Amino acid sequence: MNLVRRKRLILISLMVIGVGIATTFALKAFNENLMFFFSVTDVVKGKAPAAKSFRLGGMVVDGSVKREDGKLAVMFDLTDNAEVVTVFYDGILPDLFREGQGIISKGKMRQDGVFVADEVLAKHDENYMPPEVAESMKAKQK
Amino acid sequence: MFPEIGHFALILALCMALFQATLPLWGAATNNHQLMAVAKSAAQGQFVFMTISFAALTYAFIVHDFSVAYVANNSNSALPLIYRVSAVWGAHEGSLLLWGYILVIWTNAVLIFSKDLPREMVARVIAVLGLISIGFLLFMLFTSNPFERMIPAPMDGRDLNPLLQDPGLAIHPPMLYLGYVGFAVPFAFAIAAMMGGRLDAAWAKWSRPWTNIAWVFLTLGITLGSWWAYYELGWGGWWFWDPVENASFMPWLIGTALIHSLAATEKRNTFKAWTVLLAIIAFSLSLLGTFLVRSGVLTSVHAFATDPTRGVFILIFLVLVVGGSLALYAMRAPKIKSTGEFQLFSRETTLLMNNVLLVVACASILLGTLYPLLLDALGLGKISVGPPYFNSVFVPLTAPLAALLGVGVFLRWKKDDPKRVFDKLKTVAGVSLVTGALLSLLLPEFKIAAMIGLMLAVWVVLSSSYHFYTRLNKNKSLLTALKEIPNGFYGMTVAHIGVAVFIVGITLTSLYSQEKDVRLEPGQKYQLADYEFEFKGVVQNQGANYTASEGLVVVTRGGEIIQEMKPQKRIYRVQKMPMTEAAIDAGVSRDLFVALGEPLDAKGAWSVRLYVKPFIRWIWIGAVIMSLGGLLAVADRRYRRVKVKQKEAVSDDAEVKA
Repeated sequence: MNLVRRKRLILISLMVIGVGIATTFALKAFNENLMFFFSVTDVVKGKAPAAKSFRLGGMVVDGSVKREDGKLAVMFDLTDNAEVVTVFYDGILPDLFREGQGIISKGKMRQDGVFVADEVLAKHDENYMPPEVAESMKAKQK
Repeated sequence: MFPEIGHFALILALCMALFQATLPLWGAATNNHQLMAVAKSAAQGQFVFMTISFAALTYAFIVHDFSVAYVANNSNSALPLIYRVSAVWGAHEGSLLLWGYILVIWTNAVLIFSKDLPREMVARVIAVLGLISIGFLLFMLFTSNPFERMIPAPMDGRDLNPLLQDPGLAIHPPMLYLGYVGFAVPFAFAIAAMMGGRLDAAWAKWSRPWTNIAWVFLTLGITLGSWWAYYELGWGGWWFWDPVENASFMPWLIGTALIHSLAATEKRNTFKAWTVLLAIIAFSLSLLGTFLVRSGVLTSVHAFATDPTRGVFILIFLVLVVGGSLALYAMRAPKIKSTGEFQLFSRETTLLMNNVLLVVACASILLGTLYPLLLDALGLGKISVGPPYFNSVFVPLTAPLAALLGVGVFLRWKKDDPKRVFDKLKTVAGVSLVTGALLSLLLPEFKIAAMIGLMLAVWVVLSSSYHFYTRLNKNKSLLTALKEIPNGFYGMTVAHIGVAVFIVGITLTSLYSQEKDVRLEPGQKYQLADYEFEFKGVVQNQGANYTASEGLVVVTRGGEIIQEMKPQKRIYRVQKMPMTEAAIDAGVSRDLFVALGEPLDAKGAWSVRLYVKPFIRWIWIGAVIMSLGGLLAVADRRYRRVKVKQKEAVSDDAEVKA
């Protein structure tokens, strides 16, 4: 093997190793941080993971938003027109959070069946319905 | 009548683009000078018609012509003039018109600055740009005509999305598009060079300033977007790894890689095939970005279009452009020979590593952005990939990049002696490590990550400055020596220092930010970091087209008043949309950020978001310094002496062979 070839080989193998390591880490991080979306019915039927974070979407039930006196934390019910799940959130709700509106929340299930959200998303359009929510509601209407 | 003129001008622009894309190519193939000369007149004609079209739409907004559907949907008689103008690109149709217009502006800029280029090259470049223009004009005319009438005209318009009623966002899209579309120029150069079979140092030299300037605009565009998201969305974050942000960040990463590989291609005649590929990818990702943002595939503030035909059209266009250029590449790449050879320990190797890191970072973002879309399209479930993924991949990939930077600038082309470099850099490295460590002790709490970040930042600054110092001619007066250094070198040093400032910003902001959502009654106080926030209550007041609840929060530190902050919660009258206007006290070493949530109970309590964000300004300042560096490099006078340069290029080759 001549010198040029050997150098090229070293360079290429270094690159392959580097890219390989990077890919491994990337895929590992990817797997750990994938977040699945579940509908309210999925959660009630126990399809959602018990320990892992996931995204839950649905419509906020009219009149269900409750807040304890003197506290920031809020509880509300989410529905897909079939089942209902109660969500607990200790934070500031987004501007477009309203009763009767489709929202998405990220978080985990608590032992007592309440979904503890660490993020609540409502999109910046009054008529907007997150596509995931719209679909899960459509599925229930059939 | 004006909207019809605008529409008609758009059709004429398409005709011009057809001429521009075909005749010059034919001329270049048959060596027909007259046909090649069509490139210039067709591009100028297209510019005139696009200007008329753009002016017609702007005029419709200014005079409140609500019979134009696009104006009716995105304006209102109460909308201030500046936002009526920026509303032109406030939604789908108009932003496409802006895209097309900017493409024509770039095309004509190429014509102006390419007088010294070979005739065939110019003809081919302009023709390729014409082909892209055809695609966008067809898209506009068939699926998204901004001049469509709405009969009968409504009494008043539906107003511009309140989120977009902001000076930062008025200029964010044009900047971003100047960057996106700017990558069409190096793309066209690469395609033209492959067509002509001439991929030489001259080609790289022509491409460099255009790549730099596109990159500068893209950097500024992304920075503006990030800054806007910070103060306007009311969440206080500066980057969310939102698919739309990723869509603009991916071409930026590849563009950065392209800038560096072009340097090697121009100076050493290496990495040619790779550089061409990067030019293709950079523009393809820009198109993909447009597709992702405009097609409605992504749900975000940016996605306007929900009409599936639009998505399909862009997808076909994307496949044609990417597929066509890659096919041409596959045909020509085996013949592209890089003559410059180099040893393992050389600047070429570090540039290559820089490129690999940037491309892998880009690929990991692409994975995180497209994989959920792909799964969804195949009906395999709905997933999302959160910021933790991007952070955990991105940080380990970019930290070595910063470490490498300091070494890379010092290395000589072709081959270098590890001992020489080590001797030169050992002091700088030592000082960087110690200074970084000492600085990290000044922080409120010691964190390893912060120490590493600071060490890297100091390392980048010191090695860049030291490298600059070694380039000064010590035998001359400082002023002459400074004058002798080319602008490109200034540009590189400044841009790299921008990277350091940026690193300080992200490290300290992400590690030391304090954030708290609290419930506050009037008169209540909350302590966060060294600052005490006292909530005084909320009053109502009126704006031009909105009603606002304005809070008053007095911030004190050790009993001394720092700032009276007035965050607002606005309700825009037409769209009935609530908007959070955060109050921000900006500072070099920290930002105070207060945003109102909602009224909670009869006691006058509100939910209030309080943030103390150390060094967040450094992120944007760093990005601005980087773009400044890019601008300096564009101004390098070597780029203006193309003919002389060709000779230099030849001598470069000779040197390589020697």
